Amino acid sequence: MTLKVNNLQCIRGGRELFSNLSFELQASQLMMLEGRNGSGKTTLLRALCGLYIPDEGEILWQGERIQKQDEAYRCELLYLGHLNAIKADLNVLENLRFNTLIAGETVTDDALMAALDTIGLYAFEEHLTRQLSQGQKRRVALARLLLSKARLWILDEPFVALDVAAVTLLQTMIASHVEKGGMVILTTHQEVPLTSGKIKRLSLNGNSLDGGREIGHA
Amino acid sequence: MLSAFWLLLKRDLLLALRYRSEIFTVLFFFIVVISLFPLGVGSEDKTLKQIAPGVVWIAALLASTLALDRLFAGDYLDGTLEQFVLAPQSLPVMVLAKIVAHWLLTGLPLVLVSPVVGLFYHLPVNSIAVMMLVLLVGTPILSMIGAIGAALTLGLRSGGVLVSLLVLPFYLPVLVYGSGAIASSMVGGVSIQPYMLLLSAFALLAVIFAPWATAAALKISLE
Repeated sequence: MTLKVNNLQCIRGGRELFSNLSFELQASQLMMLEGRNGSGKTTLLRALCGLYIPDEGEILWQGERIQKQDEAYRCELLYLGHLNAIKADLNVLENLRFNTLIAGETVTDDALMAALDTIGLYAFEEHLTRQLSQGQKRRVALARLLLSKARLWILDEPFVALDVAAVTLLQTMIASHVEKGGMVILTTHQEVPLTSGKIKRLSLNGNSLDGGREIGHA
Repeated sequence: MLSAFWLLLKRDLLLALRYRSEIFTVLFFFIVVISLFPLGVGSEDKTLKQIAPGVVWIAALLASTLALDRLFAGDYLDGTLEQFVLAPQSLPVMVLAKIVAHWLLTGLPLVLVSPVVGLFYHLPVNSIAVMMLVLLVGTPILSMIGAIGAALTLGLRSGGVLVSLLVLPFYLPVLVYGSGAIASSMVGGVSIQPYMLLLSAFALLAVIFAPWATAAALKISLE
């Protein structure tokens, strides 16, 4: 299981965000994407999902371009962006059920309830999500991670709006996914402690001439 | 593939039932526009019968564009649309589910309320039946073409007005065949069959192409 990026270049609004960006990610690896605001972190994550077509370069999953694989790649992928992708007028359980089923997973209601208990939304199942706080809405979105069979998680600022307990929980979830042989790419300022597996760091802070640089492994 | 269709259809209908005002705005707009004409042109029997086919269809076209900007806007704003594109499902099938839900909520009510129009305009019973039939075949076309426009203008600031300008010219065949059928039903000895066949052909064409075109437009809008 490999994700390989070759000489990627993205230009937005006439400004080059990064160019000649190359890296490779293996199973049991976690990649932390670093960079100041506007350095192209989100654009890179969206390009890795296939939501954004890069101007140059290619993204390979198992050695094949992601645009060619289409559904096969999307089965392996779980993306959580800035937006929670939950409907305000559905309740917590309905949201989670819909999000899980549309992602091609099969789940029972018991599994859904168990996931909601784990994520700390016990007794909130019947609440409309419009009545929840920002942090609770984020938890509804994150509950998907517990039910997904996707091997590649791409998370854009997953810790935003979460309280201390939820941050710890999410760190454990990410760490255990990596330890089980999964891959995670995330942008955050929060460290994720791993007992096994490897943390890679990629910084997009380089000037536009040398683009993104890989700044070592931990 | 089919499960994604039902899943999305059920979700959209459930959301609409929780937030009913959207269904009624379109329906009341249709009724109000139609009832303005007799007040404006006078209640002479002959005049009303003459303008009825055109008025019904123009009101239907305008009512349909009214609801278009909401077709994808909600899912776009809360990030759900992004997840549809990334889901391991066929995007055109999901788009079709959204269009069908949209038609059930905004097109079908127009068909069901149209006999009331017949009363305003003194239409004979068989013309009312024809009117319901052509609306039943024609309004899905409006939703299909409208979906392409809604997807193309997604995320633009003045999307609502732009989408009307964009799709109304493409509604012309529906307007011409649809009102033609109603008008000819009021003239003895003229068959409505050619109009119905053309309208049905247009509907089939829309079903085949609109979901794919809309899916492609959505991907562009999300970039």
